[in-house]
Amino acid sequence: MKTRFDWVRLLPPLIAPLGAILIALVVSSIVLAVGGKEVFPTFELMLDYGSQPGSIAAMLDKATPYYLSAVAAAIGFRMGLFNIGVDGQYRIAALLAAALGGASFMDAVPGVVRIVLIVLVAMLVGAAWAGLAALLKVTRGVSEVISTIMLNTIAGGFVAFLLTTDKLGVQAAGSNAVTTPILPKDVWISDLPIVSGTKDGVFGFIVVAALVGVAYWFLLGRTRFGFDLRAAGANPSAAVASGVDAKRMVIAAMLLSGAVAGLVGLPQLFGEQHAFTESVGGLGFTGIAIALLGRNHPIGMAFGALLWGFLERSAQILDLEGIPKETVTIMQGTAVLAVVVAYELTSHVTKRLQQKRVGESVATPAPTGVSA
Amino acid sequence: MGKEVILRQARGMQLLAVASAAVLLLGVSACGGGDDDSGTGDGKTKVKVGLAFDIGGRGDKSFNDAAAAGLDKAKQELDVEVKDLAANATESENDKYERLKLLCTSGYNPVIAVGFVYAGADPATGPVAKAAKECPDTKFAIIDSVVPGSNVASLVFAEEQGSFLVGAAAALKTTSGTVGFVGGCDTPLIKKFEAGFKAGAAAAKAGTKVLAQYISTPADKCSGFNDPAKGQTVAEGMYDQGADIVYQAAGGSGSGVFKAAKAKGKLAIGVDSDQYNTADAAVKDVIITSMLKRVDVAVYDFVKSVSNNTFAAGTLTFDLKKEGVGYSTSGGKVDDIKPKLDEYKQQIIDGKVTVPTAPTS
Repeated sequence: MKTRFDWVRLLPPLIAPLGAILIALVVSSIVLAVGGKEVFPTFELMLDYGSQPGSIAAMLDKATPYYLSAVAAAIGFRMGLFNIGVDGQYRIAALLAAALGGASFMDAVPGVVRIVLIVLVAMLVGAAWAGLAALLKVTRGVSEVISTIMLNTIAGGFVAFLLTTDKLGVQAAGSNAVTTPILPKDVWISDLPIVSGTKDGVFGFIVVAALVGVAYWFLLGRTRFGFDLRAAGANPSAAVASGVDAKRMVIAAMLLSGAVAGLVGLPQLFGEQHAFTESVGGLGFTGIAIALLGRNHPIGMAFGALLWGFLERSAQILDLEGIPKETVTIMQGTAVLAVVVAYELTSHVTKRLQQKRVGESVATPAPTGVSA
Repeated sequence: MGKEVILRQARGMQLLAVASAAVLLLGVSACGGGDDDSGTGDGKTKVKVGLAFDIGGRGDKSFNDAAAAGLDKAKQELDVEVKDLAANATESENDKYERLKLLCTSGYNPVIAVGFVYAGADPATGPVAKAAKECPDTKFAIIDSVVPGSNVASLVFAEEQGSFLVGAAAALKTTSGTVGFVGGCDTPLIKKFEAGFKAGAAAAKAGTKVLAQYISTPADKCSGFNDPAKGQTVAEGMYDQGADIVYQAAGGSGSGVFKAAKAKGKLAIGVDSDQYNTADAAVKDVIITSMLKRVDVAVYDFVKSVSNNTFAAGTLTFDLKKEGVGYSTSGGKVDDIKPKLDEYKQQIIDGKVTVPTAPTS
């Protein structure tokens, strides 16, 4: 590929995200101003607090499950499948994996083996739950949007049914929360002290999240399977015409998406709560937002996840200063909406510019060395 | 064409990444790194109280508001500075830990965590335990859970005792012989309310039928504490099954129970606060009494103990004896049976009656 600097090509990817962040800042400024709060000191406060070492560690912690969730959603998106079911997939996966990992008959099994087992079971369960939606789609033509939303609710029901003290749940002394049995210490993944200046480590599982990102990039960008998947997403009929088995691709993409979704609950399981509880939800939906913001790109989603973590972390300080922390929710929402709109707009403009240039180059004799 | 689009997207993402990095870095360098720990002991003698609310925060007319009342009273009477922070509906244990840590590292001492969610899945390593370790010089209190630690006071309530009294009131007041219990969430904590209510009803009038139902479970994040519509539906069902008095331990969903009582021309019993005074004026006449859980007393007493240096770590149970639980008489609907109820109260205080903490059936 030629390395000629092509400003027309650079335009949409550069303007879209910057524009989106700008719009988000403007909208939240208006909200702050209307609420009678000072705009710039508020942002300064957020940046100041959000850039402290403890905040950086917290941001990385938050970004880890968000990133996994975003990758899970993105695998579906690239194939044109809208997997809304990440939320249900990870919850039921984490519950069953945690229950197995903490079960008393596992006591003799070494910690490392148990960790591997928990990860594998979580991925399998996540894949199986997503597989239900895939099966419904290829056999009965049920839209995955509908089926995954319904499966989320069913997963919630299953979790409620199973997480009681007479089934998979236990109740720690003095606690009111029903959880799976608390994992013994050798099944915990200790925090990594990668942020200096704070005692707070970062989820050890962040390494797995990074590996998943690399695997995602490699699989989609560097393999035949990935090409088929993207082709099926970009132009289904053309893909089928060129010999891609559409049904097989739907099943494969949903299983993969579900397997990655199965990992979403694990950073907290291994590094924070050491048991499955229902205190956390909604990670699956955050993942969809981040996949949109990061436009399904492994690095884009990483920045999306970090931005999300940063915003949520810095929201805490707003509360302390009496500024509504919902400001941050508004920022997040506008950023996602704006990035989608801005990307569409700028790519539209670029297409027109490119068409114009092509038109000009056709009208005049083409210069040598036209790039492909 | 597909390849082209994909390539362009990939290129776009790299740039988005770089752009967001630039934005983040700009912010970081512009403001520099602040101090992580600040404000601890800067010579001020005034006690700074930090309080972290449960989901819902101020304005739930129930549990959180009771804590807020105690905090406000402390602010007025003890001349302390206060700061309260609210929780998000979807936040992790780490977020709760960070909130407590933010308070203690910003110089707030004592720090009060309202609600068992702050104890975490494993109270020994949960948010309060972790924060107490992080700020060993700060005194912590947690309401509704027991958390170990030499600087943690666990403030728990004998909800079953107060519920026993309103259960007795319900049995004495019912004309149909059937009463109901609506729990916000199927947790051991709310089961204590049910257990006491049933025991009280059985003691006051043997053979009283008690219908019990929970609006939600921990698996749906205890949404039943904040779902008035569901509270109304469940209560309507009970009234239709012949109950004429329904006791609600369902936080914000209680308003729905009162609405159902009003619509059906039946009665209800409130919880936590004196709901005859806090509920919507249109429905308050259905409330014959409320089981008082004096979270306000617990919060106030705790702040007081810190401000006059009598803080003691460990579990502190607020029961009938300490007036940490009780029943309300606003509205005058239980005045005629008050002697009877006070008799039960005395028997419990004297230890002649022991109230179960888990329902038998």
